Amino acid sequence: MIKLIVDEKEIETEEGRSVLQACLENGIFIPNLCFIKTRQQPHASCRLCFVEIEGFDRPVTSCTEKVREGLVVRTDTPPVRRLQRMAFKLLMSGHPCEAKVCPVKGGCQLIRTAKYLKVGLNPKPLEFLEREVEEEVDLTFFTYYPFRCVLCGKCVYVCREKNEHNLLTFAQRGFDTVIGFFGDIDPTDLPCHTCLACATICPTGALIPKPELTREAKSNP
Amino acid sequence: MAFHNDGIDMTASDLDQEERAMIQEIKRSLSKFKKHRGNLIPILQSIQEKHSYLASAAMEMVASHLDISPSEVYGVATFYNQFRFHPPGRNQIKVCLGTACHVAGGDIILENFERKLGIKDGETTADREYSIERVACVGCCALAPVAVINDNVQGYMQPSKVEGIFLQFQIEREREERDKASE
Repeated sequence: MIKLIVDEKEIETEEGRSVLQACLENGIFIPNLCFIKTRQQPHASCRLCFVEIEGFDRPVTSCTEKVREGLVVRTDTPPVRRLQRMAFKLLMSGHPCEAKVCPVKGGCQLIRTAKYLKVGLNPKPLEFLEREVEEEVDLTFFTYYPFRCVLCGKCVYVCREKNEHNLLTFAQRGFDTVIGFFGDIDPTDLPCHTCLACATICPTGALIPKPELTREAKSNP
Repeated sequence: MAFHNDGIDMTASDLDQEERAMIQEIKRSLSKFKKHRGNLIPILQSIQEKHSYLASAAMEMVASHLDISPSEVYGVATFYNQFRFHPPGRNQIKVCLGTACHVAGGDIILENFERKLGIKDGETTADREYSIERVACVGCCALAPVAVINDNVQGYMQPSKVEGIFLQFQIEREREERDKASE
C-alpha cells in the first residue's frame, strides 16, 4: 500500500495506480473525460484532470502521474482551476449544447463538469467555432452525432479491446476528425448486437444505440 | 447546363469492367507485400500510384490481406491528405486556398465550383467528367485567387469566370461532336 496526501487528507492506494484513479477511488473528484482505468497508456487528451503535485513547478495531468509514497497533491488551487476552465472552454467552443436538450439521463459528463468548475456550457469569452460536420451519421447500429463528440477516444479504445478487429476508428484529421466506421460487413455479423461498449462509455451522448438494438440487448443479455 | 456528354461518355458496364480489372490487378500486386501492418501505407501508396485513387473495395482487400479491420485502413487513409477516394475526373479543377488566395476569397471560388457541379472538394462527378480539389499554393500568389483547370492557371478568379470556364468546356464538347459527325 502507498500513502499519499491529497488536499491535506491522507489516502491509501495500491502501487501502479495513477493519481487520478487513486483520488477517484477515495472519493476525491477530479474532472476527467478521457480516462479509462484499464488503459496502459492514458490518452491524456481532455486536459481536465490537472492537479498540483509538490516538486513540480507547474500543474500536471493526474492521469499520467503514477502514485508514489508521500506524494503531496492539491486538486483545487487557482492555477489548476484556471487550466481546467480554459480546457473546458476550448472543448465547448466546438461543442454546441444545451442542458435542456441533453440526451443523457441526468445530464452528460460535460454538464457535470461545468457545474463542478462553476462555468457555463458556452465557450465565452472564446469564440464558437462552426465545424463542418453532419448532424447525424448512421453507423449501422448506432447514430453518431459529431457535434456532441469531444473525441475523447474512449469508444475507439473499448471497441479495440472487445473486438479483435475494431469497428470504430478516428477518421479524417485535425479539426475535421470524426468517429467513423468503414467496411462492407453484413450487419448480422457485427458484434454490436450484444456489445454496446462504445455507447455505454461515451461521456457526452454522441453515440446513441438505435432503438431496435437496445430492445435486442435487453431480450438476450 | 447538364454535365454529361453523349457519345464519349462511359457507360455503367464500362465502369464496372474497369473496376473489376482494377480489383484483379490489386489482388495480384498485394501478394508482393508481406502481411505486416507496417506495410499498410506503402500498399496504399502503391495502389494510388497505379490507379490514382483508393476505391472502397481496394481498402477492404488491403484490410483482409493484412488481417486488420477495414475501419483501421480507412482511419489511416483518411488521415493523410495524399490519399484520394474518388477517381480523378477527365477535367481536374484545382482551387488554391493558400494564404493569398484565401484572403482574396478563394473559398468563395471553391464553393462556386462545388455548387455548379453538385460535388464537394475531393469528389468527382458521377460521369467522371469533373473533379474538384483544393490545393495549398500553386506559386502565383500575385494572381490570387487562383484556380488551375487541367494545366491552365486561371488568375483573378471571379464567380463569373467560373461560369465562363464551363461555357468553354461546353463549346469545346460541341465542336468535338461536330467534328465527329463530319468525319
